[in-house]
Parts: sequence; structure tokens; C-alpha cells
Amino acid sequence: MLPSLLLLHAVLGVCALAGARRFGRRALLVGAIAPAVTLSWAALSARGILDGTPRTSTATWVPGLGLSIDFRVDAFSLVMVLLVSGIGLAILAYAGNYMGPDRSTVGRLAGLLVLFAGAMTGVVVADSLLTLYLCWELTSVTSYLLIGLEDETAEARAAARHALIVTVGGGLSMLAGFVLLGLEAGTFSLSGLLADPPSGTVTSVALVLVLVGAFTKSAQYPFHAWLPRAMVAPTPISGFLHSAAMVKAGIYLIARFAPAFAEVGPWRPLVVGVGLFTMLAGGLRALRPFDLKQLLAFGTISQLGFLVVLMGIGHPAVTAAGVAVLIAHALFKSALFLVVGIVDRTCGTRDIRELPELGAGWGPVRFVAIAASASMAAVPLLAGFIAKEQAYAALLDGGTGDRLVLVGIVAGSVLTVAYSARLLTAILRPDLLIAPDRPRSTSTAAPSVAFWAPAVVLGALSVILGVLPRLWSGLVDEAARALDAAASAHLLLWHGFNPALLLSAVTLGLGAALFLLREPVARLQERLAPPVDGTDVFEGILDRVVRLAGWTSRTTQAGSLPLYLGIILSLTFLVPVLALLIGGAGPIRPESFARPIHWPIAALILIGAVATTIARRRFAAVLLLGSAGYGMALLFVAQGAPDLALTQFSVETLFVVVFLLVLRRLPDRFDHEPPRRDAVLRIGASVIVGVGSVLLFLAATGSRVVEGISGEMSRLAEPIGGGRNIVNVILVDIRGFDTVGEVTVLAAAAIGVVALLAGRKRVEEP
Amino acid sequence: MRRSIIFDTTVRLVFDAALVLSIYILFAGHNQPGGGFVGGLVASAALALRFLAGGVDEVRDTLRVPARLLPAVGMLLAIGTAIVPLAFGKRPLDHGLATWDLPLLGELHVATATVFDAGVYLIVVGVMALIIEGLGE
Repeated sequence: MLPSLLLLHAVLGVCALAGARRFGRRALLVGAIAPAVTLSWAALSARGILDGTPRTSTATWVPGLGLSIDFRVDAFSLVMVLLVSGIGLAILAYAGNYMGPDRSTVGRLAGLLVLFAGAMTGVVVADSLLTLYLCWELTSVTSYLLIGLEDETAEARAAARHALIVTVGGGLSMLAGFVLLGLEAGTFSLSGLLADPPSGTVTSVALVLVLVGAFTKSAQYPFHAWLPRAMVAPTPISGFLHSAAMVKAGIYLIARFAPAFAEVGPWRPLVVGVGLFTMLAGGLRALRPFDLKQLLAFGTISQLGFLVVLMGIGHPAVTAAGVAVLIAHALFKSALFLVVGIVDRTCGTRDIRELPELGAGWGPVRFVAIAASASMAAVPLLAGFIAKEQAYAALLDGGTGDRLVLVGIVAGSVLTVAYSARLLTAILRPDLLIAPDRPRSTSTAAPSVAFWAPAVVLGALSVILGVLPRLWSGLVDEAARALDAAASAHLLLWHGFNPALLLSAVTLGLGAALFLLREPVARLQERLAPPVDGTDVFEGILDRVVRLAGWTSRTTQAGSLPLYLGIILSLTFLVPVLALLIGGAGPIRPESFARPIHWPIAALILIGAVATTIARRRFAAVLLLGSAGYGMALLFVAQGAPDLALTQFSVETLFVVVFLLVLRRLPDRFDHEPPRRDAVLRIGASVIVGVGSVLLFLAATGSRVVEGISGEMSRLAEPIGGGRNIVNVILVDIRGFDTVGEVTVLAAAAIGVVALLAGRKRVEEP
Repeated sequence: MRRSIIFDTTVRLVFDAALVLSIYILFAGHNQPGGGFVGGLVASAALALRFLAGGVDEVRDTLRVPARLLPAVGMLLAIGTAIVPLAFGKRPLDHGLATWDLPLLGELHVATATVFDAGVYLIVVGVMALIIEGLGE
């Protein structure tokens, strides 16, 4: 069932893409089938999975290489599948009203969103490291295409490129980590790896590589800058990929690995350090922007840092709290994005300084904004509060280290409260955030029911789960247990008066104070703000890389053929001769060149070669060179190698023909005489290379220390290759891969020739 | 361009024979001197003769299909024979061999290696045809 679900995503996504122009908005309907079916499947199989029996499926992929595609859905994967398909469905429903009238853009959006949802589902259900990696990179690629959906703007293209380079680069690092881990553990199965985790230096290195992948994907400092930039994408995309789904892939991976690897090497300090820093830095940055989506983006970065700490620390109770925070965050953040999208579309701006007040008909949107922001700030009676209480309580129960982490978490949460308040105020009373002398305006337009309905569903979920925690207590408990058998969660609305509750109250109080003191805080931040931001750094690095590449090309590709030839020839000569001088030569066997038939052939080759160099006319030079080549072919005949001789004759003939084609465009004679100094240099180089080659071959034939493989090959040719022509069997069978490589080079060269000539034609005929 | 009747006629006579020879070399390659690469070179030489006699147009008429198709199909054949064995649980480039007794012709060996070689043949011919087309205008 699982593979067919993923296949359904792929097929529907491609259909929507292919028919984008024709389908228009209907593509959203077609695409919605995939997440809808997945959601129903997940709901139907939930009972069995929550009872502790994961759904698995194995499909062989390339048996010859031992590759298979394995899927496994345990309770934690189930939570992720529910979030991805559920929120995906809401987003698809919402996008129809959000997107403009351009049919093909809507169609492309639908197709790509469905493809993304399929890839993301693949990430969270994969049980083979390589399948996981494949789906992981597919999410990066679809994300790239989605960020660049409005590809006519340079801003969107640059943002898409930024996200692609960072996340795919991190993915490559992760792949290297996976390979190391797989080799250390002896299995590429995720469940097998986690059941019997390796340890040691190699494992530590591998884990750091994997963490780099997770950090880039989940926008942790210092890789975070792509996420705020990705906000140029239409809001449905931001709300799905860049808050609820794709950025959670890194969290998912950390959550899976932490119980097994938290004690290994640098895992815990790295994860806790990066996560806490990200939570604080993202929270601080979220206090500044006037663009609502930027505010949400930095809020997301901060929350992702929070999740990295909770999931990565590897203590059972904290992991359980992490699952709750993950669910709560997905619900309130996607709802907030939808709200901002509605405001943006209806009022024509999402800049706090220009926002009007929301008039009549905005009730439901106000409700969602209040519910979701309050959930984000962890106000009681909302899902976010339940989850954060769990986190506080779990960290309070831990050791000294955990309590230190808790201090950072509380500080980050204070910032969360402050920017949540800022966001809510911006939506409800924007005039409070800006100079009071500005004339107040009220929005006359109001969004339609269909537009706000998906947001209301998500916002209501934050409330329902907050009021009735037992609805999701079992799910969180089982999901945490799937990660770490020792974990358990018991979500309650009221734990009694305890230190965690006190901390929540302190957090809310300090956050409110920070919000009220926003003007002095803003001035302070203004003064302390670093002169460059992450985007500048990234673009700076990219710029340097491009310039370095240009410099390398200019330096190594000077465009002088004699120089290239000189370097190639002297290297082919120098390297082996050096080896010869260091290693010493064996005995020289004169029998290899002493047969009488060789002398006239050698004379022919010599005359041809020397005459070529002194010929005045190009045509004559080509023919003379050809005669040297024919001499070589005769030598092959004399040595009893008809295959080689036949090939050499054909090559020489064709060589002359191709030369003739080129000569038609060149002057008849070599009119350019090289200066005398150059000529001496060239003659000297030729003689050295020629003499050196002869010595080298003589030494090489004499220095054999083990029996050659040719005997073995001629013995093998008939039984394994089924042919009596050894040369051919070697080419197509024994060394068949080489031939594949060579013909590929040949075909690529042909493409190069065609492209070069076509380019020249364009230059000639502008 | 001025065409020589004698050369033209001779080329037409030789061309078909050379093509047959090249295909013979391709198929004979498994047991006797020859193979896809040499066969392709001989066919290319035949093509080059056509070019010398009648220019690029004559080469295009002779090929009938666009020259760039040849390396493409050749690559498909070569890579295909490398990949298809994977589907049957074998290693890439594992070759099969079948022997039939045919009336009149006698024993016939068919090896999938020949398909691979045919790919090489097409690539070589295609590359030469592309070069002739590109430079011969």
C-alpha cells in the first residue's frame, strides 16, 4: 500500500504539471486526491500502528547491487504522515483562493505541491537510508521549483537558488554521513541501524555530517538565511514547506537518531548548542521585521531551534515533549501563514506600516490569528501551552545540564511570547505598532468563506487540542515510544501548581514586558544589529566562488595550443621517466624490435614523421602524417594483430578525410614561421619526448615481475565471453564498462563538435 | 559543385559493398577480427566517400535520418545492454548467448554482446556523420 501511495503522489503530481495550463484551478482538485487518500489510509491504519505494530513494505529495486526500497510506518512516522497529508490538504484547498488568475501558475503550484507532499511522505516512511536520502533531495528540488514558482522575478530565482545550494549541499554531506554509518553498522536499514548503533570515531564523523544535513534543512544557524529569503514564494508554499513540512525533515531525522546516538561523540553539545543559539537568534530577529512573512520566518527558525534541542538531547521525557511541540507548532504556524496570506491578498499588503485595520467580516480570521498566536506563545488552553508545559517539566526533572538548557529555552520562549504579541497586534491593531499620528484606515473588503475555512480548521485544532489534551495524549505517547522505548507522555490540561507552571507564568510575564518595552528594545537592537545578514554572507561566498572559477579557467585555459601540447607531452614524458629513475629499470629485451621486417616499416614511419614537420603545404603535411599512421598499421600486421591493423587503417583514412574538411577553411601553406628560438625549443622538446618514450617502452616491457593477464584473458574469452576473438571479448565483456565509458566520451565529443560549430554559425550569421 | 562521373559511379558501386562489409565485420567480430568499432569506422569511411563525391547533401540523402539520432540510438543500445541484466538479477553487462540450428545457414550464435557492439557501431558512424555534417557545409 505504501509504495502505491507514493506512486499516486508522483502520478497525480506529474498529471497536474503536464496539464497545468488546461486544468488551471482544477489541478488543485486532481492533486488533492493524493493527500486525501494518504490521510484516510493513515487514519484507517492508525489503530494497528498505535498498538505497536509498524506497517512495513519492501520492494526490491536493484537486486544485483543489493538495493531495495523499504518503508516502515511506526507511530512517529504516522504523526508525520498525518501532518504532511492533513496540512497539505488544507493548503491545496486554500491555494485556489490565494493564487491569482494565471492558470498555468496555479496548475504548476498544484503539481509541485503534490510531488513535494509525496517526497516528504517518502522521507518520513523510508526505512532505508538511501531511500530516505533520495526523497530528502526530492523535497529540496521541489522546494527549489516552488520558491521559484514566479520565476520571472530575479528575487524569486535568487532565493530559490540559495535554498537549493544550501539544502542540497547539506543533503550531500548527509549522504556521506549515511554511507559511513551504513558501512560501520553493516546495514543501510534505518531500523537496523538504530537497533544496533555503532560508535567510535568514524561514527562521530558520520553523525556530524548527518547533522549538517539536518541543520541546513531545518534552517539552523549558520545555514538559516535561505528560509527568510524563501518567503518570496506564494504564501501557501511558505505555509506548507517552510513551516509545517519540509523544514521538519531535519527535525525528523534528529528525532530518529537522537535516542541511539545522543551519547556518541559530539552529538549532544552540537545539537544543543546550535539549537539554543538558533532559538535565541531567530527569536531576536523576529522582533524586527515589518514584513509579516519575515516575522513568521524568523519565528519558524526560532521554533525549529527549540525542536532541535528537544528532539536532539536524547532524554526520553524531553523527546516525548518534542513530539507534542512538533505537532502544536505545525498546526499554529501553518494557520498563521494562512492568516497572513489572507490579509496580504485581501488588503494588498503585508507590511505592518501599511496594514489597515480589519473591518466587518474578518471575525473568523481574527479568531484564527488569536488562537494560533496564543498557541505559539504557549497561553493556557491552547495546544502550544500543553506542549511547552511538557518540555518545561521534562527538563526540570533532568540533571544540571538539562536545567542549564532550560534557562536558554525559557529565554527563547520569552522572545517567542514577545514576537507572538507583535504579530497579533500587527494583525488586529497595526496602528499600535507604528507612529500614532498616522491616519487609521479600515479594510472594507473581507475574505470569502472558502478562503478562510482551511485556516479556521487549523486554528480550531489548536484550541480543541489545547482544551482536550486526552485527544492527542495517546498519539504523542506512542510516537515518543516509537522513537525511544523508555519515553512516555501524559498530556494534561492541569498538572497542579508546580515549577513548570510557574515557569510558564514567568515566560508569559517577561514576554509581555518585552513587548511593552518594544520601543527601547528596538532602538537597542538597531544599535547592536550586525552590519551584514546571512543573505549577504551567502551571496558574498557565492560571488567569490564564481570569481575563483573564472580565475582558474583564465589561468589554466590560456588558449595557446603549443602551450597545451607542451604541457601534455612533457608531463607524459616526465612522470614515467621520474618513476623509472627512482624505481630503476629491468633488463631490456632486444627481441621485441629486432625482426628484419621492422626496418623498412620503421623507415616509412620516420620519413613520414620528419617530412610532416618540414612540409610547406598543409595538405602535404596531412598526407605525410597519414603515411606515418599507415606505417604503424603495417607494424601491427607484422606483429600479427589484424584487429589493430584494421582499426588503424580505418582511423588513418578517416583522419585524412576530416583533416581535408578542416583544411578547406585554412590557407594552403603554413605562412607563419615560428621564431628561431621557438623552433629550437620545439625540436628539443620533440627529441626528448621521443627518446624518452622509446626508453620508457623498452624499460616497461623488460620490467614485468608477474605473469601478464593476457594469458588469463585468452583462457577466459571463450567460456565467459562466448567468443573466440579475444580483443572483442575484452571490449564488450571483460572490460565492457571501459567501453561504455569510452563510447560515452565519444558521443559527448560529438555533441561538443556540433555545439561548437553551431555556436560559430551563430556568430557568423547574427 | 562540379561532379566527376567516374568517381561518382565508382563510389556508388563501392558504397553498398563497403556497408555490407562493415556489417559483416560487426557481426564477425565475436569470433574473428572485427567488431563494432572497426565496423563503424569502415561504414564511416564509406560515408566519407559519399561526401567526397557529392558533398553534405549526398550524405544527408544517404542517411535518411538526422545524423544526431545515430549516436543517441547507439548510446541507448550500449547502456541498455549494460542495464537490462540488472532487471534479471544479474550484474551489469552480463551477456547472454543462444545457439540455434537453422536450416541452410547452419549453426547460429546469437550473443547480446552483439547488441552492445551494434551500439558502438552506431555511435562511431554517428560521430563521423556529425563531423562531416558540421564541417562539410
